[in-house]
Amino acid sequence: MIEEKPRKKRKAQVAKQDCVACGCCTKVCPKGAIRVYKGLYAQVNEGLCIGCGRCAAECPAAIIEVVKVDA
Amino acid sequence: MKKHWYDYLWIVSIVYLTLGFFNILCAWIGLIFFFLPLLIAIFGGGKLYCNLFCDRGQLLSLLGKKLKLSANRRPPVFLHKKWFRYGFLAFFMVMFGQMLWITYLVGAGQRPLSQHVKLLWSIKLPWQWAYHGGVSPWVAQFSFGFYSIMLTSTLLGIITMILFRPRSWCVYCPMGTMTQLISRARSRSE
Ligand code: SF4
Ligand code: SF4
Ligand code: SF4
Repeated sequence: MIEEKPRKKRKAQVAKQDCVACGCCTKVCPKGAIRVYKGLYAQVNEGLCIGCGRCAAECPAAIIEVVKVDA
Repeated sequence: MKKHWYDYLWIVSIVYLTLGFFNILCAWIGLIFFFLPLLIAIFGGGKLYCNLFCDRGQLLSLLGKKLKLSANRRPPVFLHKKWFRYGFLAFFMVMFGQMLWITYLVGAGQRPLSQHVKLLWSIKLPWQWAYHGGVSPWVAQFSFGFYSIMLTSTLLGIITMILFRPRSWCVYCPMGTMTQLISRARSRSE
């Protein structure tokens, strides 16, 4: 029997408490998966995020990480 | 990605700084960049100004990304820490207050008009060619003071754009910090 491995997907994760809500990340996301919530911090829509990491490379505060999560 | 009309607002930055080079009184126009973001945040628009319209942020993106002037390095961690951001905002406000005080003194006739632009709060640049008279001395003094702030913050933005990521300035920009604080206060009171 083939054991089914838990599938991992890459998703962007924002360190909310450090986010300055500048919105740079939103401008480069190809999926429109990251948005600034009410001028407070950026939020990732995990359903849309493909884990490409563009937002993480763009973030001027460097507080986004692409992590593996269970799909 | 589709370009919008507001993606060209970086031009405003260049026009503003250029105008001030020829006629310092144009510095007053800069009050728009001062009040607009605050008003948007106060009326519940969050950081829409930063997120879409800010000419300064766009200029830094352009210089850093399109013209590839940025080293694209991760900035030091302290840059986004609250103590640094709030500390820089406080420092900025004190310097702003001092500028208003000097404007007041000139208006009250207790100080002569100083036709200089002060860079980084310390370096006095001659700028008298941009003043052609015709207004009360305090109106001119405010222009020199306000333009100094705009030029200084642009310069700091450019330095951190070169050293770190293009919009590193936006991490500690006092305006960005203020609009986020207003947004926080609003969401807490909701
Ligand atoms: S680019 Fe970074 S700091 Fe700016 S809103 Fe996105 S996550 Fe926050
Ligand atoms: S990792 Fe890619 S898809 Fe996911 S939010 Fe960032 S830019 Fe968008
Ligand atoms: S943080 Fe400052 S420079 Fe950056 S977009 Fe906002 S107002 Fe403009």
